[in-house]
Amino acid sequence: MKAIHRSVMDKTKRLLFGFGGEGAAFKIVVYFLLSLLGFIYLYPLFFMVTYSFMKTEDLINPLVTYIPTGFFMDNFARATEVMDYLKTLRENVMVSFLPAVLQTLSAAVIGYGFARFRIPGKPILFALVLATFIIPPQITMIPQFLMFKDLGLIGSIFSYLIPAAFGQGLKSGLFILIFYQFFKTIPKALEEAAQIDGAGAYRIFLRICVPMATPAFIISFLFSMVWYWNETLLAALYLGDSLSTLPLELQNFAATYEKLFPVDPNAQTGRSLNEAISMAGTFLNIIPLLVVYFFTQRWFVESIERSGITGE
Amino acid sequence: MKIGYRLREALTGLSFIWIWIVGFLVFTCYPLIRTLIFSFSEVKITADGIKTTYVGWQNYRRALFLDVNFGDTVIGYFVETLVLVPIIVVFALIVSLLLNVKLPGKGLFRTIYFLPVIITSGPVIQQLIDKGAVSLPGIQEIIETSQLQDSMPGVLADLITFLLTSFITIFWFSGVQMLIFLAGLQKLDASIYEAASIDGASKWESFWKLTLPSLQAMILVNVVYTVIMQSVFALNPVIVLIQKALFDPAQGLGYSAAMAWIYFLVMLVLLLVLLLATRQRKSTR
Repeated sequence: MKAIHRSVMDKTKRLLFGFGGEGAAFKIVVYFLLSLLGFIYLYPLFFMVTYSFMKTEDLINPLVTYIPTGFFMDNFARATEVMDYLKTLRENVMVSFLPAVLQTLSAAVIGYGFARFRIPGKPILFALVLATFIIPPQITMIPQFLMFKDLGLIGSIFSYLIPAAFGQGLKSGLFILIFYQFFKTIPKALEEAAQIDGAGAYRIFLRICVPMATPAFIISFLFSMVWYWNETLLAALYLGDSLSTLPLELQNFAATYEKLFPVDPNAQTGRSLNEAISMAGTFLNIIPLLVVYFFTQRWFVESIERSGITGE
Repeated sequence: MKIGYRLREALTGLSFIWIWIVGFLVFTCYPLIRTLIFSFSEVKITADGIKTTYVGWQNYRRALFLDVNFGDTVIGYFVETLVLVPIIVVFALIVSLLLNVKLPGKGLFRTIYFLPVIITSGPVIQQLIDKGAVSLPGIQEIIETSQLQDSMPGVLADLITFLLTSFITIFWFSGVQMLIFLAGLQKLDASIYEAASIDGASKWESFWKLTLPSLQAMILVNVVYTVIMQSVFALNPVIVLIQKALFDPAQGLGYSAAMAWIYFLVMLVLLLVLLLATRQRKSTR
């Protein structure tokens, strides 16, 4: 009887705690921790979404904390008007898509050059590539701004495109490093075989290495696009008044709102800017990014393993 | 013959990277030097271009000794980053360890934890902070921040208050670091752990003796990455000051350039301090 009892105990113990700490109890604890963290991660977004549907009365009503009394779409209508949404969205796509394409292409070419060829002084040059990642843009942006101003490129997308094409765009050093690591992992024998068959360096690059580096292209392009999308410091300086981005519009949200809907002292409070409208603006701001992330999240979360940036 | 081959290879290589060399000289090197010259000058923007007059260390002296605001902001940035970076890196490590447990559905958690990296921009974070979306309800009630101020020395109390109110910075800025650790963890060989456990090592011991040492390189990468991300983020108060000075005629381009250089040097010192601290820990263990 006692023996049976013990064996049952043992079995439960093994089920719960397992051999290597992979038992059910351990897993439940990990699940709990992961869910708790997930909640904290998403809380600000949850807050933003619920607030964006609230009426002014909901905001004041102490009984309404999270769930709004109804879907109040007027906040979104307002926010859309304030940010000139569709026009800004179009411009934002343009100033993040095009630089991302150019930056990815230039990083691929440069990364391949560094990964494959013996060039005198290469260690120093490559150290400088990494240094460009450390140098804060604040320190180079004033002379760059003056340069573009002399060339008449302020307020034009070319002030974004030209540095990107020369491998000096937003965090270019990092993308060059990604391609460098990626091309290093392609076996050299493959290229040598092509060389014996009479293919030149450029043909080998275009026909053999570029197709094999598709993951690196996708990863670089996605990160590059998202970072250009979210950039505000350089955007405010280089794009001037002629091009705008959603984050820039959000930055000036309160000021624009006051201009569009001046507060009428005789009217009710309903028209003035409140949290709900700001949150609707913020929500509208990140919706495009959420859509992109929804379709490409696999590429984002697997990027670091695939890019081999952690070293083999 | 051999030399000719070498030369050809170098030239082919250069044909790939010349675009970077030109870009570096024009868009990074030249601006760096120009900012350095500006920082030692009084810069006037006139109708026929930029006029600079050499003023020596005046801009630096002003930033370091006269402008109380700038000094305080830089010191605040230094201390905050010095505290935040280890916390973010350790947090990312803990989360990656949790995510490394074989569980169904862990991909979903990974997707959630990485989401902030995609949507984080200065204005979005600013809006969320302003509207109170980033402070968990109840955290203020659990820990009376005002009581902390009374019972602890000022700096420490400030620090704890800062950490409690800025947990979102820790969470939302750890996505990339978390993935870097996770990639490192997944490369570890399971058989080493088996061998260690047969030799009688506990889980705890094998974490300190096996896992941590093999993540050393990733810890370094993450420290550097976190410092850079914190330093160039749009809401960083030092950057806000530099940006403001740029368009303020009372302060001028020269002053702004001096502040940018001081900031860059402070950032390098900070990187060095954190990297040395990370390496030291390895040698003592």
